[in-house]
Amino acid sequence: MNVPLHLWLIPLLPFAGFLLNGILGRRLPKALVTTIALLAPLASFAIVLFSAAATYLPAESRNLLGPDPAARLVALPFVETCPLAWLNLPGLHIDFTLTLDQLSLVMLLVVTGVGFLIHIYSVGYMHSDPGYARYFSYLNLFLFFMTTLVLAGNVLVMFVGWEGVGLASYLLIGFWFQKPSAASAGMKAFIVNRIGDFGFLIGIFLLLANFGTLTFSEIATKLTANPAWTGGILTVICLCLLIGATGKSAQLPLYVWLPDAMEGPTPVSALIHAATMVTAGVYMIARFHFLFDRSPFALSVVAIVGAATALFAATMGLAQNDIKRVLAYSTISQLGYMFLGCGVAAYSAAIFHLMTHAFFKALLFLAAGSVIHALGGEQDLRKMGGLRKKIPITFWTMTAAVVAIAGIWPFAGFFSKDAILYAAFLQGTGGKILWVVGLVTALLTALYILRLWYLAFFGESRSPGVHAHESPWSMLSPLVILAALSVCGGWIGIERFSAFLSPVLGVRSAESATPHLELYLSILAVAVAVEGWLIADKYYRRKTERPAQIAAILPGLYKLLANKYYVDEIYNYVFVRPLLVISRYVLSWVVDGAILGGAAWLLGGIATFGGAILQRWQSGNIRSYAAWLTAGAAVLLLFVLLVSSPHSWSLSFFHVEPIHKVSHIAVTQLTQAGH
Amino acid sequence: MSILQHDVPLAWYLLLSAALFSLGIVGFLFKRNIITVFLSIELMLNGVNLSFVTFAHQWHAVKGQIFVFFVMMVAAAEAAVGLAIIIAVFRVRATLSVDRIDLMKL
Repeated sequence: MNVPLHLWLIPLLPFAGFLLNGILGRRLPKALVTTIALLAPLASFAIVLFSAAATYLPAESRNLLGPDPAARLVALPFVETCPLAWLNLPGLHIDFTLTLDQLSLVMLLVVTGVGFLIHIYSVGYMHSDPGYARYFSYLNLFLFFMTTLVLAGNVLVMFVGWEGVGLASYLLIGFWFQKPSAASAGMKAFIVNRIGDFGFLIGIFLLLANFGTLTFSEIATKLTANPAWTGGILTVICLCLLIGATGKSAQLPLYVWLPDAMEGPTPVSALIHAATMVTAGVYMIARFHFLFDRSPFALSVVAIVGAATALFAATMGLAQNDIKRVLAYSTISQLGYMFLGCGVAAYSAAIFHLMTHAFFKALLFLAAGSVIHALGGEQDLRKMGGLRKKIPITFWTMTAAVVAIAGIWPFAGFFSKDAILYAAFLQGTGGKILWVVGLVTALLTALYILRLWYLAFFGESRSPGVHAHESPWSMLSPLVILAALSVCGGWIGIERFSAFLSPVLGVRSAESATPHLELYLSILAVAVAVEGWLIADKYYRRKTERPAQIAAILPGLYKLLANKYYVDEIYNYVFVRPLLVISRYVLSWVVDGAILGGAAWLLGGIATFGGAILQRWQSGNIRSYAAWLTAGAAVLLLFVLLVSSPHSWSLSFFHVEPIHKVSHIAVTQLTQAGH
Repeated sequence: MSILQHDVPLAWYLLLSAALFSLGIVGFLFKRNIITVFLSIELMLNGVNLSFVTFAHQWHAVKGQIFVFFVMMVAAAEAAVGLAIIIAVFRVRATLSVDRIDLMKL
């Protein structure tokens, strides 16, 4: 028996928080703002937990939830539809549908759980910011859209969430809008995402044209009914959706906005640009797995994009000096892993990595925020160093995340990354190439993240004037919880995880390989990660002068990496400059200036000229007005005389009978009538 | 019966009406004293009134006579407002010449 889960409360509670803090926040006391901002995601998280418990707790413990254990049985997928239809046209019916299944449940747990922790952290991080209430209202708005995106039962609702998280991302990147770099980073993120969303929209239109519905389950049903339907238009749809995903998830070639997005407050980078929003592309591909499964070509494009992005971003992360930018490139690289996982049809491995990545990457960002906080706003790794003893809790929690992302057994990142690499390895020759790329990326991952770790926490302090101080507990407690999750998050294991997701993502028959192969591959992956660690240890702890020497030997390579392959510059010259030239010269001068301006000038000139002539009429002389009035009346009279028939206006009046005769007749008639 | 019962042709009334109206127009156009202009307008109205009454009597249509009452009423109202304006203008400008009351031009 299905009981109402009230899924609609999950997005709408944060929305209420957004409205309250957004409208009244500036007038409310700070404690109340904090309470509203924290209660909204906490309540959503509680509802998600309740839904999970109502669905998955074993029968004997269900009694905890209510008097009637049977009443709590909820079958997934659980669909909730708003009684009011959104669109009801001939051939097109779209509802506000929310769907809870295993996939959205995992995502919701991550989004609301990690989201709530980051809300707590933000209380400490933003405590002295003048835009405190505005910050939290935006953060709640983000949660509203993100949960909408995750719960969406059809593509259009998902698109609303998709666009909404883009809006929230824009608002939060440009949160310190007084800084021109933050404002332009916000715009860059928004515009680059528009390009991706354009692809997504085309994909939606193609879905509608070919399936006549936008509901996920109906599309899946129609595909199941036609087992022979592969490739062709499905490939086109998948590629369009992939363009959307590359925009939102910062993959090649649309990744350029994410490093700049680090201009936003650090908790925002943790929540939106690491843990949740940027994984929406992966989630979307997993949601559409039934579509991608029918198009091997699109799947291989997804895998290649993912692997290329993973490697490319990892190399860029090596040469960055801003602690947050290293993490940004790391995020792009890890998202590349998830795309690789989707591309080799290991969707549950990709979602697994999404989950563990949400834990350790959110932790990395929050710990980096704690470091920045400790140093009074310093983000440059070259000015850090020796922080291990000064901020021990930050150091230890960050260490948990560092080993997790490096892929050291038995921390969370190892299990999920290993699952993706193993799935890639099993995909034939092309898959083996992708596996090698993934392995190289794993080496680079360990290298760049431990470089960051060594530079920030080891050695001597490189800015001695600054007195580092540990952050308040409101910031440290989320770190501790996330550290525990980064350590334990992977222990569930990919087998149990994919079994859990199998009702949504289907069962993969990739487990046919020899039993020892997976073990060997895992050992190899850990060895590679340790190798990366050793290199980092050598260059950034023991021989700290070596990196500069290598950079001096290979100046070209170093400059290439430090300047991020000049991709921003290339985009600038290839896309932005030509657009600016077209805007400035063609659109501004020719279209706006000459054509539109000319037309406006001509119309205005006619009016002015006419006015100048007519103005003379208004002499202010009353007798001239009187003359015009009379003349006008005369003209009207003449006109009536001319156009009407000559009979009625002939001067026959003067030939009528004398008036007394007429009246006499009339009087006679009246008297006769009287008799 | 009234004077109309004598052998006065209809045309005479109409000619008198037209004469009154034309005199009104001439005064309206050429006099400079604003009160005279005002009187000329009254003259025009009454010229029209006369032709209304004439035709009403000619065709035994009472509508024409009712219309005359309307015109007289409007004329009375106009006289009240117009004279008030003239007095107000005279107080400010100390003149009654319409040629010198020309502040409304651009």
